[in-house]
Amino acid sequence: MWQDLYEELKDHGFVVIAVALDSREGDPLPWIEAAKPTYPCLIDRDHRLADLYQMVNVPQAVWIDERGTIVRPTEPAGAYEGFRRMDRVTREVPADAARMTAETKATYLNAIRDWVRLGQASSHALDAERARARAPQPTEEAARAHVFFQLGQHLIRHGQPEEGDRWLAEASHLHPDSWAIWRQRAGVNELGLAAQPDFWARVDALGERRYYAPIEMEGMP
Amino acid sequence: MAILLTESSETVLAAARVEGEHLWLSPVELEGATGWSSRPEGLCRGSLCVPIPAGREREFFRGEQIDAAALWRHLGQPLAHSADGSAWVFGTSAADRAAALRSLEAPDFTLPDRTGRRHSLSEHRGKKVLLVSWASW
Repeated sequence: MWQDLYEELKDHGFVVIAVALDSREGDPLPWIEAAKPTYPCLIDRDHRLADLYQMVNVPQAVWIDERGTIVRPTEPAGAYEGFRRMDRVTREVPADAARMTAETKATYLNAIRDWVRLGQASSHALDAERARARAPQPTEEAARAHVFFQLGQHLIRHGQPEEGDRWLAEASHLHPDSWAIWRQRAGVNELGLAAQPDFWARVDALGERRYYAPIEMEGMP
Repeated sequence: MAILLTESSETVLAAARVEGEHLWLSPVELEGATGWSSRPEGLCRGSLCVPIPAGREREFFRGEQIDAAALWRHLGQPLAHSADGSAWVFGTSAADRAAALRSLEAPDFTLPDRTGRRHSLSEHRGKKVLLVSWASW
């Protein structure tokens, strides 16, 4: 998804940095081989990015300008939760949900193009006041969850998987909004995705709450 | 002997003394692992100094040694250690994270690509960056 956008915009002072929140370092490699990215594609086994930028899911993104200033804080990277209406046997998504997913993504990519062309004059690049108002507000529980997650991953890598997993469970308990922590720990299905029945049960438990927060952006469907 | 992980480093502490919730380090080990050192005005990192409350010196100092865990708690920062005390993680508080994000200065980090080459966000200063998470799961 990002390779085409990067190729299109790379000569206009734009780069994609994709960070895999993957604790088992081998897991993302087949995906990277398939995507053949020419932009930096990094592996973050301790989910440090999630701690620094308060990310709770993938894909989420932050826009950072030439001076290193955040002009759009963490938000879903053009992702819409159409998958929630998927038929769980056939994996088919109803047409209107699929269209919403496609339009959300297209709107987001066009917004990036607009920002790369116009810089701070783009309506999608937030001024300091608006960007600050959208800055994530971490809780102390989330801060402790990231400590527990790092400890758990260290123990798993160093021959103490049972104690390590207990720290991951505690991290997920402390930071229930983090799908990244939960799914990293969860089992994977035959597609390599943490989408077993317990995943769907957790999604269903959201009820009216969103899996991907709405993207507050002009032109979003 | 213990290992101390922070958000940017992993330090083996050969002379550490772990006693329950206490992590006693030599001044050299404390500074190497955390950047904090003992000075007449208190415990300091860079230009920031935190005085030790009068009467509580014994919570932090024992001869030459300093209790790094007591310091971290005194700073209001989260920490955790393994059941056997051999692995410690010193984290960053929600208040510090929130302040960093409100400043709008993008927090820097260094992470490896699949070949092990390390990349920092700050290397891309001068470009617009789309920083995006993904995962195999």
